[in-house]
Amino acid sequence: MPALDRLEKLRILADAAKYDASCSSSGSTKRDSRSGKGVGSSEGMGICHAYAPDGRCISLLKVLMTNYCMFDCRFCVNRISSNVQRARFTPDELATLTIDFYKRNYIEGLFLSSGIIKSPDYTMEQLVEVARILRHREDFRGYIHLKTIPDADPDLLREAGILADRVSINVELPTKAGLNQFAPEKDEKRIRAAMATTREQIDGWKEERKAIRTAPKFAPAGQSTQMILGADGSSDAQVLRSSADLYGSYRLKRVYYSAFSPIPDASRDLPLQRPPLMREHRVYQADWLWRFYGFDLDDLNTAMEGGMLPLDIDPKLSWALRRRDLFPIDVNRAAKEQLLKIPGLGEKSVRKILSARRHTRLRLEDIGKLCRNIRKIRPFIETSDWQPATLLDRVGLRAELAPKPQQMTLAL
Amino acid sequence: MRVARLESETDFEGWRGHARALLCDQVSPEDVTWQVGKTQDNLFAILDAPAPSRDPDYRPKVSKQFLADAKLALCHRDQERFGLLYRLIHRMQDDPGLLSNTVDDDVIRLNALVKSVSRDRHKMRAFVRFRAVKGEPDTFVSWFEPEHRIVEENAPFFMRRFANMTWSILTPERSAHYDRKHLRFGPGAKKADAPDADALEDLWRTYYGAIFNPARLKVKAMGAEMPKKYWKNLPEAELIAPLIANARKLEAGMVEAAPTPPKRLADYAFSEPGLPPGDALAILRREAAGCALCDHACHATRTVFGEGSLDASLMVVGEQPGDHEDIAGRPFIGPTGELFDKALIEAGLARDALYITNAVKHFRFTPKGKNRIHQSPKVSHIDQCRWWLRAERRLVKPKVTLAMGATAIRALSGRSIPIDEARETGFDCFDGRAGLATIHPAAILRQSDPDEAATLYKNLIIDLRRAQKMATGKANDAGDEASSFNHTNP
Repeated sequence: MPALDRLEKLRILADAAKYDASCSSSGSTKRDSRSGKGVGSSEGMGICHAYAPDGRCISLLKVLMTNYCMFDCRFCVNRISSNVQRARFTPDELATLTIDFYKRNYIEGLFLSSGIIKSPDYTMEQLVEVARILRHREDFRGYIHLKTIPDADPDLLREAGILADRVSINVELPTKAGLNQFAPEKDEKRIRAAMATTREQIDGWKEERKAIRTAPKFAPAGQSTQMILGADGSSDAQVLRSSADLYGSYRLKRVYYSAFSPIPDASRDLPLQRPPLMREHRVYQADWLWRFYGFDLDDLNTAMEGGMLPLDIDPKLSWALRRRDLFPIDVNRAAKEQLLKIPGLGEKSVRKILSARRHTRLRLEDIGKLCRNIRKIRPFIETSDWQPATLLDRVGLRAELAPKPQQMTLAL
Repeated sequence: MRVARLESETDFEGWRGHARALLCDQVSPEDVTWQVGKTQDNLFAILDAPAPSRDPDYRPKVSKQFLADAKLALCHRDQERFGLLYRLIHRMQDDPGLLSNTVDDDVIRLNALVKSVSRDRHKMRAFVRFRAVKGEPDTFVSWFEPEHRIVEENAPFFMRRFANMTWSILTPERSAHYDRKHLRFGPGAKKADAPDADALEDLWRTYYGAIFNPARLKVKAMGAEMPKKYWKNLPEAELIAPLIANARKLEAGMVEAAPTPPKRLADYAFSEPGLPPGDALAILRREAAGCALCDHACHATRTVFGEGSLDASLMVVGEQPGDHEDIAGRPFIGPTGELFDKALIEAGLARDALYITNAVKHFRFTPKGKNRIHQSPKVSHIDQCRWWLRAERRLVKPKVTLAMGATAIRALSGRSIPIDEARETGFDCFDGRAGLATIHPAAILRQSDPDEAATLYKNLIIDLRRAQKMATGKANDAGDEASSFNHTNP
């Protein structure tokens, strides 16, 4: 086989990496290149340098070191039994490509993952080597996200955490049964043990930092993971319970959800049709309610029907329609926790309401200035000049508030 | 009518000076006309005489937040911005908290200007594309067309990020140049002044095309974040239309294509992980790691098995692992473990001479945000998990077992005996061995009354000593000393 050139390798190895949803470059420590020899800065907020027509942000150079893999995970395009074309970058090639892209302001940094070759230790060593070259030889101060391998040597995982801004391990499927079925070589308990170790190391660094400010950082942007929706039979309730466990147990920064999408050369065990992208969107919304809006698992279950979130309306509205006994909420008096539960009001709008009502008694018109669509909020609130009265109790309220069915995406 | 003249469209210092003077002269916002550039005619001659000045010590009030917002808002192309900002600062003299009135129309307008400029500034950081200048190492030029007048405001960001490159950002109205030492600004430029290509752009387009997943087309979401107005200077934008056109076709193709027979890559064979060295406890521990008898096993990280000496005459049994134990995989660490260790030392017991385990071996909890709230195990969990406790006891054969807390008493005796009673009388374990009871250290940590906590802690030490004495048949040396207990808030 003739040697592949850089362009061909990049095409194959980026193509193989695209099923990872994460591309975040935010939340790391503040730094820049003025005191160094290389390039790079990180100022807290991540930057998306482009968007692909799949609606996903392109912030990092997201590639695999190699798509050779000795595992046979059914949902994965790189599984050993797949017929895709294979390629492999050397650590040096990857570091150079990252710097070339970064200097042209295409990217915030590198998100590096890999198929497992020879052994977990060997593979992890190669990934860490790329980070070593970038940090030490190139004095690169941009963002590095390393996918870690649960079974690799703890010393290597430790070094990965010190070099990278973020580390992650994908749980892939929300339940152990799903994982056993579709990813026979992956062990759910080992994945979780590895996440526990990462949390210990991050906690350790934060503890150390209190005493010694210069203590070596450990994955300052935290750890994250990904779950695939719709490859196995898990319900939204199971998915969200798994995420709640992961957030609570390992203090994950993010759980990413990725609607299973048909892959080239698919395994015959998999559904060939994708689940609606809307399901992915609704699960993300519920995840937000959990993290930022004070909803607990019971609340989320209330929003569901048969363990699934409705697709036509958002989970907060679905919850509110079933808990009409808690409404209307008086926007001039209610506590922040209550305001956050009003469908159609986001965190920012709530902050603005709290701020404005120190100046004035809020009227319906004022709320209209702070939100996108007052018509959807009206039935759930009370203002100085507005009472929803019977509007809230109407049987047809759900139908009135649900968007009219329409085709989701049209061409440009 | 007063005319306030500014040197440029983004002349913040000029605006600030005028505003200060106008406020001192108590000029109301409707009486000010703001102009940019050199005087065209002698307008000043026909102006009304200035209104009477306030006292010379008058200092207009302004918040830091307002100055930061005003600086950004000035970069906006809105013609009314100078007047709006003066009107706001004028109103703020009587109403210093005005900016927090988020339903005020002037405040809403200001916030909209700030948001629009911040967004444009962020998009410039995202969408500037540098092209290498041929023959000059690490030298780059970019052509960019921002929506607002943000080049000067934004250039320091590029300086911090590309401190060791020479670069220029050219825009129609203003240019920024950096030579690895100094940042300077010059007049606007033309697209033709920047290099017309860069060899890396082919690679970048390859990446853009490959990272796109044709099975999930969300054109609207893309357009919301990468508006069309920026496309003309993005090398990858030429791919957007063809990628979308092919996407539906491709996905249909993938779904229709029959799955192909798999092939094996024999070169990358698995390596069998070696079995752990097998003594009985290690085997038991390994078996327990896969246990999923109870309904909360799937939520915990792992089975936290007992640890300690197989020759121990004293076994200590707690309730269940907590957050720290679940993360580290060992019983009695974290705050409860620290208190327990402290009590062991005071009682004169060596931890590694004991066998320490829990009645239930998986952490049971309710997730709550970034934390896990401990939930006591149910009787059914205690009963299910007794299987492992029994196996541990068969190996260790302790003379005496100290049950810490109600769960451990239940697990060992099979009955629900009140702690006070069990402490008093002891009990028989399910295997006929002797059981003693004490309070769980976590209960001491939960106790809010320091005196009560001190009493409980003292009792724990007494109970540990008693258990040790019974287990070894003699009192420990340290245990015979007068109680060294002297702290009030463990």
